[in-house]
Amino acid sequence: MSVPNATEDLSSEVEVDAFRRLFPVRYFERHLSESIRPDGRPLKEARDTSIFLGSVASANGSALVKIGSTTMLTAIKLEVMTPSLETPDEGCLAIDFHMPAICSPIVRPGRPAEAEPVVSKQLSDTISSSGMIDLKELSLVSGKAAWMAYLDIYCLDADGALFDTALLSAVAALSHVKIPAVAMNDDGKIVLMSDEDGKKQANEQVNKEKRKLTLKSIPLSLTCILHKSYILADPTAEEESIIETHVTIVLDTHGQLVSLYKPGGPVLAYTSAIQDCVALTRQRVKELKSFLDEANSAMEVE
Amino acid sequence: MEMDRPDGRSPNQLRPLACSRSVLHRAHGSATWAQGETKVLAAVYGPKAGTKKNENPEKASIEIIWKPNTGHIGQADREYEMILKKTFESICIRTIYPNTTTSIVVQVVHDDGALLPCAINAACAALVDAGIPLRHLAVAICCSVTDNNCIILDPSKQEEEKAKAFAYLVFPNTTVSVVPEKSLQAGSDPMAHGIITSVTHGAMSVDDYLHCLERGRATTQRLSEFLRKNMEPKSTREASKAG
Repeated sequence: MSVPNATEDLSSEVEVDAFRRLFPVRYFERHLSESIRPDGRPLKEARDTSIFLGSVASANGSALVKIGSTTMLTAIKLEVMTPSLETPDEGCLAIDFHMPAICSPIVRPGRPAEAEPVVSKQLSDTISSSGMIDLKELSLVSGKAAWMAYLDIYCLDADGALFDTALLSAVAALSHVKIPAVAMNDDGKIVLMSDEDGKKQANEQVNKEKRKLTLKSIPLSLTCILHKSYILADPTAEEESIIETHVTIVLDTHGQLVSLYKPGGPVLAYTSAIQDCVALTRQRVKELKSFLDEANSAMEVE
Repeated sequence: MEMDRPDGRSPNQLRPLACSRSVLHRAHGSATWAQGETKVLAAVYGPKAGTKKNENPEKASIEIIWKPNTGHIGQADREYEMILKKTFESICIRTIYPNTTTSIVVQVVHDDGALLPCAINAACAALVDAGIPLRHLAVAICCSVTDNNCIILDPSKQEEEKAKAFAYLVFPNTTVSVVPEKSLQAGSDPMAHGIITSVTHGAMSVDDYLHCLERGRATTQRLSEFLRKNMEPKSTREASKAG
């Protein structure tokens, strides 16, 4: 344990990078007292966000999202399957989150990162809780054929706020996905329609043209970290490792609270802190929705 | 609003609580916690020497092993492990035994709703039984919002599945102290009003969530009293665990 006086003396002599590594909390608090963070952002501001739709041409829908340096690539692939007996007119959505070794020096190949199953489960829970997708839209022929949508999210760069970026990228890909046109041929199997078949109309058309999914209410999130009485929005990986109390709030575009996730942490969250975080999230949801709409309208122009 | 619950409870009524400590003889601490039909067994082993690779050796580390009642360990179990780990890391005083690992093994015996709060309560009782130094106890509760916007506490599995949304909330226990209340407060709220952990499922309005928080806080008093009564040492046993 270091003697307080020794660190006081050291801190005036040690250069910035070393101080940052040796006394991360004090480095951070020095910035907080000036109402700024080490990367120059004000406390409540999120990082620059960008959404690129259609990055993976071979997939039915895809999106590449960056929040600051955190980058997530989502691709959706649709396959025809027989629906289960309990839900004969519903399709299925399988969400999988992967953190390959490229994303962070902490992740080693062969051993899945600790965050992987947790974020994966959180994403599936959030998307099903929000009621964004109506699985009946994925049905083709009741009882015989339905779409199975595989949603794979790959983290390419893990720099904090993994859940936020993953959720935004999943939602962006779902807003971009086009269900291909299919027809049922004589054997009773579903085949993809190409443009020539459409003119012949020999086969029974099950799905006339490529269509998009209708999204009812879009869930969007913001992660905040709590330190003493400060609330900071959208942490980087460095900030997340120093400050252990994280709160992730997911609101949908109708203002309903889809999830308030606070897994422990030394700082207790009182009602006032929760209300502040919810207010920050509301603002952020509006921002993100406008980015999403912009990206979608840019795609339509093309 | 009158609410007809299948088992005839009132909206604020909890299921009967049952807690036994020291049920396992080889574990350093153990406890079972039952809320109605939901039953969880927790065992604590530790502190043991050494920490895992990614853990900070300057602090004691907590390891959680979650065993479901049926099936292989899946994503949900890993998530529960992470939530319990973070919750107990904030409760245990980790600076006392640096470079040690305390393992908490949680075995689900029966799941009839409010599983995570039951597990947290069981693990907390097991930690006390093992004598691990804690800052304060954790009391966990489940609040669910029904379709007609009524808030009910401690839902059974059937009620959880029908509910519009539910929230698992963990609070620190209410304190009984000789020091005046004011010194324990942070700002305008007493310490027992802050939440340690919150996990929600399903969509509800923000106001509903805040009401759940209030109801949850009001119940922590009852749960804390129950825990405290259970923690009192029983007269005949209390043989040393090392012996």
